[in-house]
Amino acid sequence: MTRHRAAATLMPLMSLALAGLLVVAVLDLPPQSGLAEPVAGAMDRAGVDHPVTAVLLNFRAYDTFLELAVLLLAVLAVWSLGRRDPIPARPVQGPVLHGTLRHLIPVAVVTGGYLVWVGSSDSGGAFQGGAVLGAAGVMLMLSRPRELPMLPAPLQRLGLALGVCVFLAVGTAGLLAGHGFMGYPPDWAYPLILGIELVAALSIALTLVLLFLGGRHGH
Amino acid sequence: MATDPVNLQIYLACGALLFVMGVHALVVRRHLLLKILAINIMGSGIFMVLLGVAAGGEGGVDPVPHALVITGIVVALSATAVALVLMLRVKAATGLARLPRSGPED
Repeated sequence: MTRHRAAATLMPLMSLALAGLLVVAVLDLPPQSGLAEPVAGAMDRAGVDHPVTAVLLNFRAYDTFLELAVLLLAVLAVWSLGRRDPIPARPVQGPVLHGTLRHLIPVAVVTGGYLVWVGSSDSGGAFQGGAVLGAAGVMLMLSRPRELPMLPAPLQRLGLALGVCVFLAVGTAGLLAGHGFMGYPPDWAYPLILGIELVAALSIALTLVLLFLGGRHGH
Repeated sequence: MATDPVNLQIYLACGALLFVMGVHALVVRRHLLLKILAINIMGSGIFMVLLGVAAGGEGGVDPVPHALVITGIVVALSATAVALVLMLRVKAATGLARLPRSGPED
């Protein structure tokens, strides 16, 4: 095992050398304004007030569309790999669990909805809102205040694909209307972006819950 | 709204160090869960460097790296979910969630 010994002593040295090189490299980066100015110049056509949301859902909508597709692909991969072990047993139901859930779930739903809504003018957006809604779903899945039936399989698939489908439909409509693929007419940009974000947030929340379940069923 | 350059350099250096910590653990650790976590830590380091670079420009905060980071977070999450299920399959098939290799213990 001398080879492994040698590797075990060499690896910290190599990591230290890499750390030194990278720290020197990032500290030596020349200051640059990047793309802040072109984005600021195009904000009047973006339909939303927040530059990050404008980049995500208007200027680089194609990337965000593919990002939703990656989430969908991940669920498909997880489902294909399969998992048969049961989800954790239903915890002992008591007044504390019920009371906490009764308060936390509505707060999570309102927070998620607010985050999607506020994304057009401030920090927030479909992914942040979807993550909060997904967390509420996972919490519900773990505590199971009632033995709720799983969402029927066709509805699950529809919900998963809805975000990508709506995004693709709007993007293709933009192409046919002459604004280019994933382009919007400037007057319609705000309602279209908000619609895409709402649908995407629901799909993301469902995706996260199903990724957590990992191909297992709720029973 | 330019960030204090010293603060900025701390963020950049910490991002680089996080990345190297991830690389180190990825090579040294044999348990697959630790390797998956190591890749996530490498990603976090890269996000930190990207956000630091975004705040370092003269024309205010650059929104494009922020959009890149949130896209990266979602992709990293999807990859992590698939990697975890793969790890469970490896464990189901071999009984161990670690690479089959003799060597010093973790």
